[in-house]
Amino acid sequence: MNIHEFQAKQLFREYQIPVPESIVVTTVSGASDATKTLSGESWAIKAQVHAGGRGKVGGVKIATTAEAASQLTAEMLGKRLITKQTDATGLPINSVLIEKTYPIKREFYLSLILDRHQERLCFVASVAGGMDIEAVAAESPEKIISLFINPAAGLQAYQCRQIAFALSLQGEQIKALQNLMSGMLQLFVEKDASQIEINPLVETEDNSLFALDAKINFDDNALALHKDITALRDTAQEDEKENKAKQFDLSYITLNGNIGCMVNGAGLAMATMDLVKLKGGAPANFLDVGGGTNTEKVTEAFKLIVSDTNVQAVLVNIFGGIVHCDVIALGILEALKQIKTDLPIIVRLEGTHAEEGRALLQNAAPNIIAADNLDHAAEQAVSLAGATQ
Amino acid sequence: MSILINQDTTVICQGFTGKQGTFHAKHALDYGTRLAGGVTPGRGGTEHLGLPVFNTVQEAYAATKADASVIYVPPFFAADAILEAVDAGIKLIVCITEGIPALHMLRVKAAMAESNALLIGPNCPGIITPGASKIGIMPGSIHQPGSIGIVSRSGTLTYEAVHQTTQQGLGQSTCVGIGGDPIHGMNFIDVISRFQKDDQTQGIIMVGEIGGSEEEEEAEYIKAHVTKPVVSYITGFSPGR
Repeated sequence: MNIHEFQAKQLFREYQIPVPESIVVTTVSGASDATKTLSGESWAIKAQVHAGGRGKVGGVKIATTAEAASQLTAEMLGKRLITKQTDATGLPINSVLIEKTYPIKREFYLSLILDRHQERLCFVASVAGGMDIEAVAAESPEKIISLFINPAAGLQAYQCRQIAFALSLQGEQIKALQNLMSGMLQLFVEKDASQIEINPLVETEDNSLFALDAKINFDDNALALHKDITALRDTAQEDEKENKAKQFDLSYITLNGNIGCMVNGAGLAMATMDLVKLKGGAPANFLDVGGGTNTEKVTEAFKLIVSDTNVQAVLVNIFGGIVHCDVIALGILEALKQIKTDLPIIVRLEGTHAEEGRALLQNAAPNIIAADNLDHAAEQAVSLAGATQ
Repeated sequence: MSILINQDTTVICQGFTGKQGTFHAKHALDYGTRLAGGVTPGRGGTEHLGLPVFNTVQEAYAATKADASVIYVPPFFAADAILEAVDAGIKLIVCITEGIPALHMLRVKAAMAESNALLIGPNCPGIITPGASKIGIMPGSIHQPGSIGIVSRSGTLTYEAVHQTTQQGLGQSTCVGIGGDPIHGMNFIDVISRFQKDDQTQGIIMVGEIGGSEEEEEAEYIKAHVTKPVVSYITGFSPGR
């Protein structure tokens, strides 16, 4: 789960990670008031959306008067911000962060991630801050330093010093970085984060360190353990269909193609999409109905797929293990009762109760097409869906 | 032979009396798995499916000398269940549970570094040696004893590979679902190195997914150490958004 920058910074404050003074506002008048409360000479006006790359598309601007702050806030609120990390429609700007600015000397990168290979938490730091870290990693890997945390021993002072010296920090700054890193690790562990990224971490003219930006992702598997984190969810920033799917415990991701896919198991779902692609088509979505699915879930899954207006054909690919194919067939028939559709539905059922499932679908509707294997199923779906618009 | 499990493997089930545990224990018994009992804290001394229930894995191990344990407990209790099995001396632990927080698994793996126990999963279908023993949630009926060793990160894709090798008349020596979670137990190399040494296994199928670098490491390993034919499929070619 993602949260907003202002929410991440609030968590940072709770864990003694220094952040600039800021106030989040949802109205234009709030912006002008915020500049007065914060005082200072200029303020960053930052659109709050769940996506990076805001600066390049006008999502972060500088105001030097209270009037300008109001003006810029008015220009942002209620609009949608399209960045390289969003889709073509962008994300709604429902709140704006007004942040005091400081004279900046240098910008660094600092993050804490879970390294699946080492099975350790890992700090990643770089002198190249404020840039896309993937690009830094590709172009100048020597600028990146990685440090693994032993789960029994925890973060050691020498590790913080290693990063501090790599960033050419001095004196009091070294201790400050150590406190900051301890806070990050504590936050990560206590709240079951999956990533904490500070990009940039800045050094100001008076040698202070601040998290100028803040990004935190949380482990979805652990959300039920953290009511305070779950409360930070902003569904306006999330895909409506994906949220609907979550209610029914379905895993759904919207894509750009025109073939709706309903599959059981994430691996088989990806394999089905691969095959559609191989046959020259494009999937409209990823949808995993899960291992222990039932008729109701399948009905909802089917309705969800058909609600996407890009969909020109539906491809159902089920390998029945625990899931019985006849249960899937009943779910499809129930969905077709609830919503009328003429879209071609290509169904491939295999495994437990496949025969029963096929029998149920046979002659049930003229637009249901039974496929005897996955290869043919994908071919038919691609040819019936036609070219992507 | 086969790898890791055979007809003599004695198994206990953690989360035995729960809905999942009961359902899959029944199927395992029908398949012929030597299930010797199970563990549900607070239900010790009772019987379930005609088998003894124990309060702790330690008691279950003392009474059954089980070689393996299969875990069907809810996600927030799974780390505890795995470490209880390790502590009791179980040598092969198969954790089916899906949705365990990554940091729980990180701690489990760190604690397991000092033990010789093997962990399969979590978030996996389990392991089966067709015709001999089934420990997990895979449908037994699609399998057939034979010569292909299958190792996979994905559940339903494993069934797909099993089904096709059965239809071709090849059958399977052992199938291992190592699970799709970022932090998990046995990896591809752990399984493939055993297939390489196993007489019954004549060929190997591995099914991977995007994410992480295990498949790349495995490819290097195969090049250097595996003489048996390996067919490999890695899914997730079509990009997301």
